[in-house]
Amino acid sequence: MTEAGVAHVDVEEVATTVDAVAIRGVTKRFGSGDGEVVAVDDIDLSIADGEFFAMLGPSGCGKTTTLRMIAGLEFPTSGSLKIFGDEVGTLPPNKRPVNTVFQNYALFPHMTVLDNVSFGLRMQGVDKATASGRASELIDLVQLSGMEKRKPSQLSGGQQQRVALARALVNRPKVLLLDEPLGALDLKLRQEMQLELKSLQRDLGVSFVFVTHDQEEALTMSDRIAVMHDGRLLQVGSAEELYERPANRFVADFIGQTNLIEATVADGDMIVLGNGSKVLAPSDYAAGTPVAMSLRPEAISIGTRGSVPAEHQADSLDGVVSTAVYLGHALDYHVSVDWIDLEVRAPAVGSRGRFQPGDEVSVWWDRSSNWVVAD
Amino acid sequence: MAAVFERDEIDVEPFIHGEEATPEFEAANIAQDRRRGLLIALPAYLYLLVFFAIPLLTVVVYSFATRDRFGGADLTSFNLDSYVELNDQLIRTIILRSAGLAILTTLICLVVSYPFAYYMATRSETARNVMLVFVMIPFWTNFLVRNYAWYVILGTDGPLSRVAEFLGFGPTRVLFTQSAVVLGLVYGFLPFMILPLYASIERIDGRLIEASRDLYANGLQSFRHVLWPLSLPGVIAGSILVFIPSLGAYVTPQILGGTGTSMLGSYIVTQFLTARNLPFGAAMSTVLMVFMLAATIIYFRKGGRTL
Repeated sequence: MTEAGVAHVDVEEVATTVDAVAIRGVTKRFGSGDGEVVAVDDIDLSIADGEFFAMLGPSGCGKTTTLRMIAGLEFPTSGSLKIFGDEVGTLPPNKRPVNTVFQNYALFPHMTVLDNVSFGLRMQGVDKATASGRASELIDLVQLSGMEKRKPSQLSGGQQQRVALARALVNRPKVLLLDEPLGALDLKLRQEMQLELKSLQRDLGVSFVFVTHDQEEALTMSDRIAVMHDGRLLQVGSAEELYERPANRFVADFIGQTNLIEATVADGDMIVLGNGSKVLAPSDYAAGTPVAMSLRPEAISIGTRGSVPAEHQADSLDGVVSTAVYLGHALDYHVSVDWIDLEVRAPAVGSRGRFQPGDEVSVWWDRSSNWVVAD
Repeated sequence: MAAVFERDEIDVEPFIHGEEATPEFEAANIAQDRRRGLLIALPAYLYLLVFFAIPLLTVVVYSFATRDRFGGADLTSFNLDSYVELNDQLIRTIILRSAGLAILTTLICLVVSYPFAYYMATRSETARNVMLVFVMIPFWTNFLVRNYAWYVILGTDGPLSRVAEFLGFGPTRVLFTQSAVVLGLVYGFLPFMILPLYASIERIDGRLIEASRDLYANGLQSFRHVLWPLSLPGVIAGSILVFIPSLGAYVTPQILGGTGTSMLGSYIVTQFLTARNLPFGAAMSTVLMVFMLAATIIYFRKGGRTL
């Protein structure tokens, strides 16, 4: 698309000092008394202009409520919410420079595609001809030309999703909010749309705030990701940061697969594992803190008992293979070490032999690949 | 595997010439099903025939008959005289008044019911059910009794008059006015507006309203462009369900209305019982019924399907 001459601006170039969205100390409570639920618990969040930002977490974690507060569909119970520097706390949605792509799209069933897409412009007082013209441009952009006169019920899921996108983007929002926009699509279409959304966002240079429970989706598309759980914001960072340096046990477990080995912080940079062995694993936690050592399955090497290279002797454990699953590109082992079960993923090509259940093995890891997390 | 399909092993004859495959047999099967269904529905059919179809037909037949000297109908001479008589200044006044009051009743019902139905449709499951029960409660008391209750409330010495007097407005009599009739009709038919409205609003996806607000519609625009068009089936259904019985209302205008507020229903009854002009009353009834039938067909075409 860049080669085709479509205006392409680097994220860094448009980034200004003013955040697209600035959330400070925002709390949202629903209900009252015994039925009170804290959906969002005192979060701080800054989303930069031109950023593809994902909010990730299991259902009920508060990500959708946060998105709805940015849209103006919910108002914060307390705290400050600014869009490009303007406080929008209790402004109704029609007074905010943001638009939303709703989960399941929420297209107006009684209107044609063209009327759906031009709706936002018409409501802003744009005359019919101009609104239709701009709506047609957006319909072209999402490759639905020729479908203008159809009703949403005559479109496939993927086409409806494009109409929803066009309907929001035609208003040139300063921030586009997307609430699980790909959730209703099948896998193949979802992967296609992920790439399209990403390139669309890059071309438009507008901030996309994207809510999803699908970590792979978040990792693929986003510049930065916020992980939420139980209304709290656990960590904000790039895919690499979340994967390699998770802030706590939940993030380590939620993003990708990992082995969490219970341990206690000892003196210096050592931690004591459950079986009493000491391992070098630097962290900022005070001595005596109960922690877990996170080891990604692919960061663990496996070999016959006693084949541990000399430099990894201190970071190794002996065990017995309990299951071995062939995945094509890799082999997935579960190794029983005396007090825990470890998942190990060895590349199918270039591993040191293949193992069967019952084989006695040793596992070891590079000192830099372990990561200590607390609750 | 091939052996399985050898002619010797599978006898294909019954499948070709057997009863199952022939269209005649299928037709016979369907006919048998129909007969069985008819048998089950027979009591209802008989009931409708004796108490609905025959009386209705009698009215239509009488409308073409000639009035005899004793206040009966001469069923030997048929003509259109009664229909011609309908083109009369007094009849036009009554029809216009009835239609006017019925339209007013329908509009008031719509304006009162819509916000309530919307409110009800957007509450929790429990709250909705409680409110639905409250909407239905008036039906537990006989319609006639409820009209007499209004008769007492609106009467010269009734509570309404006393409250007005106490507040310094002097004695007030609403009874025997058109306002009393409209009040009574609105009261009586309100649930018929609320229920279809509720049913159609409840089905509207709340996110559509949110989407319209997100797309810069203010509250009024959101109502006009999204909520209202999507609730139209309920509006049409409710309006017809209120308009039709209001147009032919008899009990309410009879009890709450005065002599100057005679409506179609009362006038037809007068033709049968007092004026003893059976063919004329029958002609008026027939015209009213045809009109209502037309309205009902519109209802089923436009609103009934989604109700």
